[in-house]
Amino acid sequence: MKFGVVVFPGSNCDHDAWHAAGRVAGHQAEFLWHNDDTVRGADCVILPGGFSYGDYLRCGAIAKFSPVMNAVKRHARSGGLVLGICNGFQILAECGLLPGALVRNRGLNFICKPVRLRVETVRSPFTCAYEEGQQAVIPIAHGEGCYVADERTLDELEAEDRVAFRYLENPNGSLRDIAGILSRERNVLGMMPHPERAVEPLLGSADGLGVFHSLARCFAERTR
Amino acid sequence: MSEITPEIVAAHSITPDEYERIVSILGRRPNLTELGIFSVMWSEHCSYKSSRVHLKKLPTRGRYVVQGPGENAGIVTLGHDAEGNEWCIAFKIESHNHPSFIEPFQGAATGVGGILRDIFTMGARPIAVMDALRFGPLDDEAAGARNRRILDGVVHGIAHYGNCFGVPTVGGETMFEPSYNGNPLVNVFALGIARRDKIFYGRACGVGNPVIYVGAKTGRDGIHGATMASGEFTEESKQKRPNVQVGDPFMEKLLLEACLEAMETGAVAGIQDMGAAGLTCSTCEMGSRAGTGIEIDLMHVPQRETGMTPYEIMLSESQERMLLVAHHGREQEVLGVFRKWGLDARIIGHVTGDGMMRVKNHGEVVAEIPSRPLADEAPLYQRPFTKPLREAPLEAPPLASRDLAADLFTLAAAQDLCDKRWIWEQYDFMVRTNTVLGPGADAAVLRIKETGTMIAMALDGNGRYCYLDPRQGARLLVAECARNLACVGAEPVGATNNLNFGNPERPEIMAQIVEAIEGMAEACTVFETPITGGNVSLYNETLGEAIFPTPVIGLVGTMPLLEPPGIGFRAPGRALYLIGGIGQADEIRMGGTQYAKQVLRALWGLPPQIDFELEKRVQAAVREMARARAAESAHDLSDGGLAWCLAECCFPCDCGARVELDSELRPELLLFHEGPSRVLVSTANPALVEEIAARHGAPALRIGETGGEELVIANRGAELLRAAVRDLKQRWSSALEQWLHAGQEIHA
Repeated sequence: MKFGVVVFPGSNCDHDAWHAAGRVAGHQAEFLWHNDDTVRGADCVILPGGFSYGDYLRCGAIAKFSPVMNAVKRHARSGGLVLGICNGFQILAECGLLPGALVRNRGLNFICKPVRLRVETVRSPFTCAYEEGQQAVIPIAHGEGCYVADERTLDELEAEDRVAFRYLENPNGSLRDIAGILSRERNVLGMMPHPERAVEPLLGSADGLGVFHSLARCFAERTR
Repeated sequence: MSEITPEIVAAHSITPDEYERIVSILGRRPNLTELGIFSVMWSEHCSYKSSRVHLKKLPTRGRYVVQGPGENAGIVTLGHDAEGNEWCIAFKIESHNHPSFIEPFQGAATGVGGILRDIFTMGARPIAVMDALRFGPLDDEAAGARNRRILDGVVHGIAHYGNCFGVPTVGGETMFEPSYNGNPLVNVFALGIARRDKIFYGRACGVGNPVIYVGAKTGRDGIHGATMASGEFTEESKQKRPNVQVGDPFMEKLLLEACLEAMETGAVAGIQDMGAAGLTCSTCEMGSRAGTGIEIDLMHVPQRETGMTPYEIMLSESQERMLLVAHHGREQEVLGVFRKWGLDARIIGHVTGDGMMRVKNHGEVVAEIPSRPLADEAPLYQRPFTKPLREAPLEAPPLASRDLAADLFTLAAAQDLCDKRWIWEQYDFMVRTNTVLGPGADAAVLRIKETGTMIAMALDGNGRYCYLDPRQGARLLVAECARNLACVGAEPVGATNNLNFGNPERPEIMAQIVEAIEGMAEACTVFETPITGGNVSLYNETLGEAIFPTPVIGLVGTMPLLEPPGIGFRAPGRALYLIGGIGQADEIRMGGTQYAKQVLRALWGLPPQIDFELEKRVQAAVREMARARAAESAHDLSDGGLAWCLAECCFPCDCGARVELDSELRPELLLFHEGPSRVLVSTANPALVEEIAARHGAPALRIGETGGEELVIANRGAELLRAAVRDLKQRWSSALEQWLHAGQEIHA
C-alpha cells in the first residue's frame, strides 16, 4: 500500500505521518508537494497537521486553493482514500470534501494532550481494525478544533453512521463530541486527534496504529 | 551627514573612552551609520563587555564537545547511526527579557524565533524547546494585574511561535518573586540535531563568493533592540515599544526548510542568522570568524518600507532573516531552493580579502570598518566588585509549625509549586513524535530516530539561593540539573547557561555575577558538563531595583533507548528508598527554601550545603537504577523538600504512600529542608536497588511503601502529617488558574 503525505508550506506533522505510515506501519510512503498536480499513484493521501500557509486568513482556507488539492479532490471522487489529520481535517472541511467547520476551541487556548476517544463505527476503511465502541487514547494539539455544523448535518452524520470518533471528555466544545467524521462514500476521514502520534508504546500510546492497520486491511481486501 | 557631537555619542550609549577607541580603530571619526554599528556591536548584549573576563573561567572543553562558545550554538556529539554517520546535538539558551516586559506576546515569540534560528543556522533541525520563566507574583498588591497579563502574553507568545514552527516545547520552569515585578525573565532553550559532516558555521569563506540575503524584508522594527537590552528600565522604557520586533513563525518555518535544503546542495559556504543587531552583526561576525571581509550594497536589501536610511537598514532587527555565503558559480542552486519555498533571496554583496566590512548604498560607501576589531575587540571591562548585594538576616525566625499537613497544602497551592499544566498544555509538546517524557518530568526525554538513542534535557535556576549566596546557589543549581538527568537515566554531556543579573556597574551586583560564574564553573567542572555557549542578560533593573541574581543552567544528556522512570508512583506495595539519605539541615539553611517562602513568608540565612562527592555517587547510583529498571519511579528532592517530593510522586497515578522516618531533625526541617543529593525511588526490586546503591557508595534509606489513598509521614512512631492524595492534588492542580483568573489569595 502506498501513502502520499502532502507537504504544504507550513505543514509540520508531515514527517510524523510519514514516519508512522512508512517506518512504523511498514508501508510505502512518500511526500507530495503542494504544487504537484497529481497524487503520484498514492492509494491513501494524508493531509498532515500543521499550519498550512501559516493558517493565515483562516485555518485551511488558503490550502484549498493549492494545485495538489485539485488532485486530491479527483483522487477522492474516484474512490481514493484521503486521511486529513488536524490541519488536514480543517482543509477537508474548507474545500468541501467533508461537511461542517472547525472553529476556535471553546476555551480559546491551544490544547495539547492525550484524549480518550470512542470508536463510533468500524464500517470504514480507517476504522475496520478497531472494535465497535473501543476506547483509544490519541493526542490532540490544536487551537481550532471545535467541530460545528448545523443540526441537519449533524443528524445526517449520525443517521449515516459517519461519526468515526467521539471524545469521551470533550476538550474543545465540539458539537455532539465529534472528533472525526467520514465522507458520505466513507473514503475520506477527517479527524482532529493525531493517530500518527500514537503508534509507539514508548511515546505513551499505540492506539492510533488501528487507523493504519485498518487502511492496510481495507486495501488488501480491495485489491484481492 | 550630520556632525557627530558628544550628545549623539552619549545617545548611542557609547562612553567617551569607547569613542576614542572607535576613532583609533578607524583612523578617523565615524559617521552616524558607523557610530550606530559600533553602538550595537559593542552593546553589552552583543559584546559581553562586562562579563567576558569572568566567562573565561567557565570550562568549555570536554570529551563530547565538538563546538564550544563563539558560534551560533554549541555542539556536542550524540552517537552514530546504522550507516556509521556521526550525529551531533546543537543547543543553546538565550534570553528575551527586556522585550517580553515591553510587549510580552511578541517579546516571547521572537525569543523563541531567535534561538531556533541559532540552531538551524548550524545545519541542525530543531527538535525541542524549553523555557525558564520568571514573573512577579500573580497576587502582588501593586503589580499583580500586570504580572498576570505578562505571564498570559508570554505563554501565548511561546505557544504561537513554537506550535506553528513545529518544534515541541518539552519542559521548563516557571517561578515567581517580587524582584521580577518590573523585570520578567524569558529564557528560551532550543536543541537540534545534525550530522557531523553537515554542520555549518557562520563564516564568510572564499574571497569572491556571493553574499545572499534571504527571508523577511527589512523594516524599521527593532532598531537598537540590542542597545535597549543593555540598559535599565525607566519610565521612558514604555515608550520603546517600536524597538520590539514582530515575529512570523510561518516565515521561520519556510526559512528552516529552505535553509536545510539549500545546505544539502553543497553550494552553501557559510550561514548566519540575523538576530540582535541584524545585518550589522551577521556581516561583521561572518567576516571576522573567517578572517575575511564582506562588501554589500544596501540597494539590494529587500525593504519593507520606503526611504530607509543606511543607518536604519543596518540596525534593523526585523525577524526571520538569514545571511549566507554561497560558493561562487553555484549561487543559482541556492537561489532556486529559496524560490521553491517562496522566499525572497537576493545577492547583496561578496566576500573580500581585505578584512573590511564595507557597506555601500547605491555604490557610495556609507560605512567601512575592519571586521575583527568591530566583532571581537569590543572594550573589556574589569568592573569593580565588592560583596554581593544581600539584604536578608542570617538568623531564622521561629519555625514551630502548628499543622504540618496544612503547611503541605500551602505548598501545593503556591505559585512556584502548583501544577503548571495550564501553561504547558498550550504548547505542542509532542510534534515530531519523539517526546518520551515531556513537561512535568524531572528532565525531558526525546528518543532520536536517527541514532536509536535518547537525549535528556533539563533547565534549573534558583534566584533565592543565589540571592543568599550566589556562589553556593550556582553550585547547587548545576548539581540539581545534573540530578534531574540522572533521575531519567541520562549522562550529562554538555551545558548552556543564561546569566540574568542587574546592573553590572554596581559593584555589589558585579559581585553577584562574579561569584555565580565562579560557582557555576566549579560545579560544571565537577559534573563534567562544559558550557558550550549561552547568553548574558544584564541591567535587569527597574527604577533601581535589581532582580534576584538568576543564573539558569540547561544541561543536555544522552542515554540508550529505554523506558525511563517517571516521577510518579506506578503501583501500590512498592518499596520506597531515599537515595542519599535524610541529608543535613539546620535553621539557617532553611532560609531559602520554599517552606520559608510560602509558609513563613520570609527569606534568611544561607542555601543548603553540598558535598559534591556524595552528589556524584548518588547520581551515578540513580542513573544505573533508572537504566536497569530497578527504579520504577525516580524523583529528585528539591523545592519543598521530602514532603513535597512525596506529594508530587503521589499525583500522577493517584497512589498514596506511608513513610516511617528515623531522624533527630525537628519536623519542619525533616519534612521540608532542601538539602541536595537526594532522590526518592520506588521499586519492585529492593534487593537490586540496595545492591546498586552499595556498589556506588550511595546511602539507600528504606523509608516506606507506596499504596493507599493518603500520604502519611511519621517519625520515630509519631505521625507528622496525613493528607488525602485526592484533596492535595485538587489543590495543586487548580491553583494556577485560580491565581490567574482571580489573582486572589487561596486560603488553606
